[in-house]
Amino acid sequence: MALPAFAGASAPATGRGGAARRSGRVALLLLLPGIAYLLLFFLAPLLSLVMTSLQSPSETVFGQYDFTFNWANYLQVVGQYGEQIGRSFLYALLATVFALLFSYPLAYFLGVNLRGRPILQSLLLVLVVAPFFISFLLRTAAWKQILSDEGLVVSTLKALALLGPQDHLTGTPIAVVFGLTYNFIPFMCLPLFTTLERLDLRVVEAGRDLYGGPFTTFRTVTLPLSMPGIVSGTLLTFIPAAGDYVNASSQFLGGTSSTMVGNVIQSNFLVQLNYPAAAALSILLMATILVIVGVYVRRSGTEDLL
Amino acid sequence: MARGLFAESGADLQLVGIRKEFPGFTAVEQLDLTVPAGTFFALLGPSGCGKTTTLRLVAGLEEPTSGRILLGGRDVTDTKPHRRPVNTVFQSYALFPHMTVLENVAFGLRRRGIDDPLGKARSALRLVELDALADRKPAQLSGGQQQRVALARAVVNRPALLLLDEPLGALDLKLRRQMQLELKSIQSEVGLTFVHVTHDQEEAMTMADTVAVMNRGRIEQIGSPEEVYELPRTAFVANFLGQSNLFPAVVREAGDDAVGADVAGHRILVPRSRAQRTEGTITLGVRPEKLLLLTEEPTPIAGINVLGPGRVTDVSFSGVSTQYLVEVPGAGTVIVFAQNLVFGPVVEPGADVWLSWRVEHGFGLADAPRGSALQQAHEALVGGAET
Ligand SMILES: Nc1ncnc2c1ncn2[C@@H]1O[C@H](COP(=O)(O)OP(=O)(O)O)[C@@H](O)[C@H]1O
Ligand SMILES: [Mg+2]
Repeated sequence: MALPAFAGASAPATGRGGAARRSGRVALLLLLPGIAYLLLFFLAPLLSLVMTSLQSPSETVFGQYDFTFNWANYLQVVGQYGEQIGRSFLYALLATVFALLFSYPLAYFLGVNLRGRPILQSLLLVLVVAPFFISFLLRTAAWKQILSDEGLVVSTLKALALLGPQDHLTGTPIAVVFGLTYNFIPFMCLPLFTTLERLDLRVVEAGRDLYGGPFTTFRTVTLPLSMPGIVSGTLLTFIPAAGDYVNASSQFLGGTSSTMVGNVIQSNFLVQLNYPAAAALSILLMATILVIVGVYVRRSGTEDLL
Repeated sequence: MARGLFAESGADLQLVGIRKEFPGFTAVEQLDLTVPAGTFFALLGPSGCGKTTTLRLVAGLEEPTSGRILLGGRDVTDTKPHRRPVNTVFQSYALFPHMTVLENVAFGLRRRGIDDPLGKARSALRLVELDALADRKPAQLSGGQQQRVALARAVVNRPALLLLDEPLGALDLKLRRQMQLELKSIQSEVGLTFVHVTHDQEEAMTMADTVAVMNRGRIEQIGSPEEVYELPRTAFVANFLGQSNLFPAVVREAGDDAVGADVAGHRILVPRSRAQRTEGTITLGVRPEKLLLLTEEPTPIAGINVLGPGRVTDVSFSGVSTQYLVEVPGAGTVIVFAQNLVFGPVVEPGADVWLSWRVEHGFGLADAPRGSALQQAHEALVGGAET
């Protein structure tokens, strides 16, 4: 009696093991294109970038660079462009904060107040995304026009004496941060919306029932529950904003006093043809962002997002 | 926040002419009730009858369309929920998913700046036997455990009024009985006022000092569990709280003590004090366990009603009692619960029997069962009387 029972018990076990091994192989097969893609288009260029950042000018051919493990490139770019690097992170931080302050009430309205009205909700969501239908460059150029010295904004501010007669908006840090904020608002708004759309209002009611006033309940219940949206929104804004080179470019909203690291990299790569410096700056930017994001995500308690 | 608001003992709750309309739907039609301080009040009714809405109105999470809410004599109709000394155990638990169990329970204490919130929260968790799980997140608990956390989170605040929205619904029978006793002892110990919503009539009757039976946004009857059970006033109450046999009857004589009516050709008496109406077509009722099965026609005795003969159509054994279905011509199917004093059924299906009960066990309803021909006649009568 016991033997068949054991046999019966062991048979399905081996069957399951075999199935697991088989499904593991299938998963690997399905992942193969993705892995190949990452190796080819991410890891290889990254390695090439690291190699480039360690080159030094060729002693024989002018304009050529040779691989020499020249770590001094990094020290040199930090010394030379430290100001632009710091500025980039400051501007990106400001733009992220402003975009968050602007987007949170908007996303809350869309995701919570308009819950019972799907048509109005979709309509307004389309409006949030609508700017994407026009090129990012065109929109930024349009803002350059609007904020130009002849534009309505500057003349109004001058009339109100908020701006001196010799002052400008374009070319100033204000215009650059404004442009960054404007351009990344949809990236902030959409993740916030998806989180707030799913916010369980019964839990918020429980907060009010348990003696939490409107502000306290917001701080202790609503805000912590919106963290996933806030973290993804701020990352989607901060990371590209820190490396942005369009808004701060002097052809758009920036000037010499508001140059960001993206502009420096661009000019080193494309104008000065100083590839090692450009590559070193890129690697530095990437590494710094990685560290900042890591610390931020850890501190905000949303590791499961990564 | 005004600390003085939070009384050491329960406060009485008064609802005056409360009505709540949602767009296109009236959830609460007309509610007038008083819950005395320190009592255990059960609001009993079927799903969708407006129980949750009533609690939300009292908690301040919903505004009444009209009417006033008074707590301890103070009008709180326009008071914000966080300023009312009221806590709710929500039907959906509504635990804070981002906090540990302990922080959930300490939440209300922290908001009011009470000393040692974590210590008090721990002892509240001990009360519901969950102190071992204090550091877990709500998502790591079973439904029943979450419900007990919700209970601890509300009770720990010692509110003057505790609202419980089907708080034991997710528990298995054993834990449920245990929690019923627990709740009852918490209530009497701290002297708080409990308003307990349930659709379980047994739970309402075993726990409450006062039961209110609610139907379609109205309260049909309020009273002690015995009162409401023994003397239901409407067909809904008669059948929602336990089971009843209801017979259409035409009043023939209305004396000082009793009302005599014709039920399928039999003269049935009901005490005048137990009859809501004393003329025209009425509905008489009697509880199945009050009926006696007789195999021979009894000789008429004063104070005993007899119906029959009828034919037994079904016998089903349920442990402590046996349920017999008896078809009485003209009166419909009658249910009889007989205690199992002997082994096996007293009669077999197909047997002819007579049913008897004491006059003082019968009752006369104010209305008739819905959808019956009797009800239509009744509505015509009452409608005519009211206009
Ligand atoms: N916000 C609302 N809008 C519209 N109808 C509602 C709303 N809340 C509840 N109702 C309706 O009111 C009725 C009573 O609901 P509820 O009080 O939750 O019943 P119960 O708790 O007794 O099951 C239900 O028919 C429900 O659909
Ligand atoms: Mg309910």
